Amino acid sequence: MFKQFKSVACAAAVAAVFAAPGAAMADDQFFPIPSYRVGPYGANGEAFYGGFIDYLNYVNMKNGGINGVKITWEECETEYNNAKGVECYERLKSKAKVSAGPIHTMSTGISYALVDKSAQDKLPLAMMGYGRTDAVDGSVFPYAFPLITTYQMQASAIVKFLKDKEKGSLDGKKIVFLYHDSAYGKEPIVALEAESRLNKFNLVQIPVAHPGNEQGAQWLKIRQEKPDYVIFWGWGVMNQTALKAAQKVGYPRDKIVGSWWAGSEEDTVPAGDAAKGYMSATWNVAGKSVPLIADIEKVVYAGGHGNLKDKSKLGTILYNRGVSAAVVSVEAIYKAQEKYGKGKSMTGEQVRWGLENLNVTDARIKTLGATGLLPEVKTSCSNHEGSGKVKIQQWDGAKWVPVSDWIEGNKSLIHPLFEASAKQYAKEKGITPRDCSKEK
Amino acid sequence: MFYREAGQFKTSYGADQQILPIRQDRIGMVVLLAVAFLGVPMFASEYWFSAILIPFLIFALAALGLNILTGYAGQLSLGSAAFMAVGAYAAYNFQLRIEGIPILVSFLLGGVVAAGVGILFGLPSLRIKGFYLAVATLAAQFFIVWCLTKFPWLSNNSSSGVISAQKIIIFGHEFNSPQDKYLLVLGIVVVLALAAKNLVRGNVGRSWMAVRDMDVAAEVIGFRIMRTKLTAFAVSSFYCGVAGALYAFCYLGSVEPDGFSLELSFKILFMIIIGGVGSILGSFVGAAFILLLPVLLDVLLPALSETLSLPVDGASISHIQTMIFGALIMFFLIVEPHGLARLWQIAKEKLRLWPFPH
Amino acid sequence: MQFFFEILIGGLLSGVMYSLVALGFVLIYKASGVFNFAQGAMVYFAALSVVGCMEKGAPLWLALILAFFIMLLFGMATEKFVLRKMVNQTPISLFMATIGLTFFVEGFAPLVWGHSVRGLDIGIVDEPIESVLDSLGIVVSRFDLVAALIAGLLVTGLALFFQYTRVGRALRAVADDHQAALSIGIPLERIWAIVWGVAGFVALVAGMLWGARNGVQFALTFTALKALPVLILGGFTSVPGAIVGGLIIGASEKLAEVYIPPVMQAMFGGNFGGIEGWFPYVLALLFLLVRPEGLFGEKHIDRV
Repeated sequence: MFKQFKSVACAAAVAAVFAAPGAAMADDQFFPIPSYRVGPYGANGEAFYGGFIDYLNYVNMKNGGINGVKITWEECETEYNNAKGVECYERLKSKAKVSAGPIHTMSTGISYALVDKSAQDKLPLAMMGYGRTDAVDGSVFPYAFPLITTYQMQASAIVKFLKDKEKGSLDGKKIVFLYHDSAYGKEPIVALEAESRLNKFNLVQIPVAHPGNEQGAQWLKIRQEKPDYVIFWGWGVMNQTALKAAQKVGYPRDKIVGSWWAGSEEDTVPAGDAAKGYMSATWNVAGKSVPLIADIEKVVYAGGHGNLKDKSKLGTILYNRGVSAAVVSVEAIYKAQEKYGKGKSMTGEQVRWGLENLNVTDARIKTLGATGLLPEVKTSCSNHEGSGKVKIQQWDGAKWVPVSDWIEGNKSLIHPLFEASAKQYAKEKGITPRDCSKEK
Repeated sequence: MFYREAGQFKTSYGADQQILPIRQDRIGMVVLLAVAFLGVPMFASEYWFSAILIPFLIFALAALGLNILTGYAGQLSLGSAAFMAVGAYAAYNFQLRIEGIPILVSFLLGGVVAAGVGILFGLPSLRIKGFYLAVATLAAQFFIVWCLTKFPWLSNNSSSGVISAQKIIIFGHEFNSPQDKYLLVLGIVVVLALAAKNLVRGNVGRSWMAVRDMDVAAEVIGFRIMRTKLTAFAVSSFYCGVAGALYAFCYLGSVEPDGFSLELSFKILFMIIIGGVGSILGSFVGAAFILLLPVLLDVLLPALSETLSLPVDGASISHIQTMIFGALIMFFLIVEPHGLARLWQIAKEKLRLWPFPH
Repeated sequence: MQFFFEILIGGLLSGVMYSLVALGFVLIYKASGVFNFAQGAMVYFAALSVVGCMEKGAPLWLALILAFFIMLLFGMATEKFVLRKMVNQTPISLFMATIGLTFFVEGFAPLVWGHSVRGLDIGIVDEPIESVLDSLGIVVSRFDLVAALIAGLLVTGLALFFQYTRVGRALRAVADDHQAALSIGIPLERIWAIVWGVAGFVALVAGMLWGARNGVQFALTFTALKALPVLILGGFTSVPGAIVGGLIIGASEKLAEVYIPPVMQAMFGGNFGGIEGWFPYVLALLFLLVRPEGLFGEKHIDRV
């Protein structure tokens, strides 16, 4: 009898767990956070989501929420795995009916899987620096926001940086593009090909098979090609391996420019001396000298509410990036509240409007104390990117130092690529694009 | 008390050979199907449909495919995810390139293409056995995924290799809501599971099992090894291929080749080991277990640490989940190496005698 | 031609790194018939233990010793709590149990030592040897050379251990026939514990070298995937096979990565690089078709 009772109790417990959990309190602003802290990229996720959540906490503690609306959130571990990401999304979705902040998956694969779903569920999907890049065209992708910059714009900005370094001309130069052989690594190829036609440099593409912990052949090939520069699109273990392998064949690191996923402390510190001089793109600076980061440490961590166990991650590139992602998300909610009512929680649909009408000016960034964390962002229906600017930073052996001002990619070259791709998508899916001139 | 066959007389060969010879089983199955087709759609929430039930059915189908190969024909394979990828990409291309082809036909053709590829990669099994074969199937896993990223034609020249599944329209009805998709997947899975059950009961299945138990002996008594092994690869890949097509069209919506990784192959392998190697039921039970366990841990552990106010951060919880998952797999292998399906069987045996065991 | 040799040498030296991981598989398979999928995770665990101890203030040599004991304990625990309870089960069940073990370790190791990516400095700078670079114009990495040396020492040591010590002989006896070994009084359980300890030691060496090369992080578990083709090529039961297989795989994979994609490009157009993921497997597969038991594996005769 007791046994039976036990199994009934177990079943009840299981049922209780799986029963659709009640929606978040109606007057709170809920953030669904599909995060990852384990698996091959767990270390990166830890820092990013640590920063993200710390900022949300900070807004609550410092300002008492967004115009008085408390922020609540729930995390779900995706392990950087597409299927688990979808499961997490579905789980969080049921709680995001009343109010929902932008969803950051920090995974190109997961965001691809969510683009359609989120549009159907009217939940805004933010893809800051990753994900479906043609979603810049908001007429086809109303709910997807590749904010601040995309792979293509970033590649274009790196080319511009190199061009400036070469005193305005890349004519006849040779650039190797070394990339992770996946959706992530392949996205910028179209942009680089267009750039190479425009600037007449010689582009050599060398893919690296996942996970990229062996690059001997690739770097010997690079040594033989003797390129002027290497543009590098790595992720995870591939980054340290590349830097070490470059050292092994004696290729100067200050001729390598990485993408922003290849430019954090996690990538350079383990490579030791091999990383010195290596450059990468970024849209946020590192360090605690940013007033906002220092303030977060003071307000959140002093009170013992910090999200990170390992406080040394504070002020790292990825931590600060997480903060910048949270800043933009919160700003979108401020914007939405301006239209739909101050002091109210915003639904996904309303936040979407906020994201589409973002206008984060330098002055506003300064008031927030976030100078250097992000460029000015001004989005619209036809431009969900809103900025397209990056900085180039260099690893000096101990920390990342910005070596350029904001550089904007070649918009007139790159954005038409997005539009063409979005158009094809709309045709495949039978979507009728919105008329952006009628949006306000 | 209620579960026994006393008084049920069989008067024809047909009655003796039916899949569920005991009346109570038949009633149970009808009830189960009724619940699945009618009850669940009435009560399940959207989360249940899109995050649990649909992937459960799809993975059960893939596990069924692998179980045919590994459980019935005895060929260990670590490449199931790649065959799913073939099915997904093939179905996508049939939809894309042939005007007006019915979607179900695309799914089937996706399975057929996967079966063809399966035969190709099954050829080494004629020479190689055991773990050597298992590692050799990894060649299929990596090579197929690589091909899908390298030939842009396969993904309709998408710059990233990602495909977005087309809409599912059957007889003018668009299967858009999770509930519709669930019913569609359920229908396909039920039909294919029934087909598999009959296949393994019949001539083909017996020849597979003969080869599994001892291939030399099977050859001596007249089974053609080559045909038997290759049909196993073909049928198995067909099931995986259809599962892959459903995975792309009914579950994720858009997939990239890298999504069909070795991890996914392993996951499917876990399902059949936990569920029961060489058991149709085991494929379903295993899929449910492997899918639900992480979700359960995900929900339970944070709640638990909160109520006990343990100082555990998010990352540690995730690590503990991974540990528990691994430990449970080992635990089940130690306690019941024949899988959960075997437990069910034992329970049934006990039930027949209950409450008067001898 | 110079370029060819450069690739060849680089490939051979990388191959040695694969051999190191493959060696761990071979040891356990040889002595217990278990295909230990957790070897990759053990490499990760060992390397993490080293850096973990160093973070707590231990110098490198002490950290290595501590890590060795940790791996030894781990091996013994695995034997006691998992393998001993699974005696007489099918090889596939044992294989699956080690996959479960893999998950367990992948959660356990970072839980104990933290999971941020860390560097490991073992005092060898990974730079081209200048004298060779100057005279022949060929890049030979100093680090890889040292790694090859260590691997050579390890294999010689293991071979001697197997050949001449009491325990070594017992190991070989167990490998040949569990029951016969038991019946003449060889303690099976202790032998298994020793084998897992030795495999842990090999994992430690591999983890140290791989960790120094690419950083200590989760991706160390992927080294197992590099070792599997080596394993089928060399045979599951042969220590020299692991080394020779590693050399063949390393060299051919690098040469293929450089020379095959251009050919395919000429045939189909497009970019076909990044074949390192599957090439070793296909190579091993083709090889198996000719010799199904691997290069040095034992020929298996079926009896009805």
